[in-house]
Amino acid sequence: MTITIPKALVTTSPVKGIPSSLNGSMAVSQAMRQTNPDVVAAYPITPSTIMVEKFSEYVANGEVDSEFLAVESEHSAMSACIGAAAAGARAQTVTSSQGLAFMWEALYVAAGLRLPIVLHGANRALSAPVSIHVDHTDTMGARDSGWIQLYAENGQEAYDNALMAVRIAEDPGVMLPVLATQDGYTVSHSVERLELLPDAAARQFVGTYHAQRSLLDVRNPITVGGIVSPAYLFEIKRQMVEAMDNALDVIARIGQEYGRLSGRSYGLIEGYQLDDAEVAIVLLGSTAGTTRVAVDMLRAQGIRAGLLRIRSFRPFPVDEVAEALKNKGAVAVLDRAFSFGAAGSPLFQDICSALHRKGVSIPLVNYVYGIGGRDAAPDELAKVFQEMELVADSGQSIESIRFLSMRE
Amino acid sequence: MTNKMDLSSWQTMPIGGLITERGNSKEYETGDWRALRPVVDMEKCTHCMICWIFCPDSSILVEDMRFAGIDLAHCKGCGICAVEFPPKAFKMMDEVKLREEG
Repeated sequence: MTITIPKALVTTSPVKGIPSSLNGSMAVSQAMRQTNPDVVAAYPITPSTIMVEKFSEYVANGEVDSEFLAVESEHSAMSACIGAAAAGARAQTVTSSQGLAFMWEALYVAAGLRLPIVLHGANRALSAPVSIHVDHTDTMGARDSGWIQLYAENGQEAYDNALMAVRIAEDPGVMLPVLATQDGYTVSHSVERLELLPDAAARQFVGTYHAQRSLLDVRNPITVGGIVSPAYLFEIKRQMVEAMDNALDVIARIGQEYGRLSGRSYGLIEGYQLDDAEVAIVLLGSTAGTTRVAVDMLRAQGIRAGLLRIRSFRPFPVDEVAEALKNKGAVAVLDRAFSFGAAGSPLFQDICSALHRKGVSIPLVNYVYGIGGRDAAPDELAKVFQEMELVADSGQSIESIRFLSMRE
Repeated sequence: MTNKMDLSSWQTMPIGGLITERGNSKEYETGDWRALRPVVDMEKCTHCMICWIFCPDSSILVEDMRFAGIDLAHCKGCGICAVEFPPKAFKMMDEVKLREEG
């Protein structure tokens, strides 16, 4: 594989961005246009529809030369991406909620075959009952599939992630598919002022993908997706563990490289007023924006509140999380997903494991919030911080899972 | 996997279970699965070739239109030959025991 490293990246002065008023979906479709993937296969589903709707316009207008497959289902969309990627193509798709659930078995195939597909997501609750609004239960269902998962806070980051995801997936040390997701409606349908890279700079950044082995390379024939005996599967899955470990460095490195290009650097995690914080909230996605407001409110009252946002949920940045939280008096882990019957919701489980592995023992409380689009207002988040103050004073975790804004 | 007995470490195997050599299924001896081995009493064999017709794994070896033995690299020990051939020239015997006895 050869990925062209553009000259622009060795300079320290960012290229001039193009100010735009776009929602998160449109921003991602712009990144898709600039990436110009060989194949895009998708089936529209709310709230990710705009991404593929806009992209199909670019196809119709001849602005990209992607092979666009309007398939009959999400299962087919992922399967077509798998076939295309195995043939050496740069393949992308788009989905949400039930669509992602319908892709589920093929997600494991994409990761197991080490195909660097990029899936642009817009989070939405899973049925039943039907809800078209945001929570993270859909992407949490794909948590263990071997896909890298990046959660954007806003449309700007969704756009930036859409470009970086291509490079991360195709890195020779990684070669895993990437799910780059944003919160449905809150980000996907909210127009914000953001900056796009100029087309040439974006294209240079994503570079050209040359698959190391491909089905169309007739001089070096391969078999993809063969059956293996018990003597092999364990080792092949072990390789994926290594690839995920490698991805930690790659995500951070590409986040820096992208920063030199755009002026916007990204790490595995992001803190806000965290260094000297006594109490902290940890979460994924767009509620980080609201939490910043709550942090400012509490800081004005003299409470040392802070935020830790996890950008890379898979791979999970164990070292960085433990380092960021080790001195906190109490930490609230906010999950926008259920894991019924579990000891904690998905993010909480990872935070607990990470801290335990690094020997960090601090009071932790798990909150489930924002399910099915339930609003998480600054006042509610401020209450969480206030509860954490009490927890920090007592030094005792609250064992039961709390439900934010639940009518009792 | 590059060949049938590539039991190298996870660090050196091709990623994704990619098979990088063409036609390597030839090297995979599916007869390894066998628990029972057909053993032939040639005195009872009439070369009727009923075993050859019924064998689902094409493991009956033929020379000059006559029964010439069993391809044990591919025979899975299903025992159809032992059931279908009327004079019962085939006897299904314990594979592990036969291997232990050499």
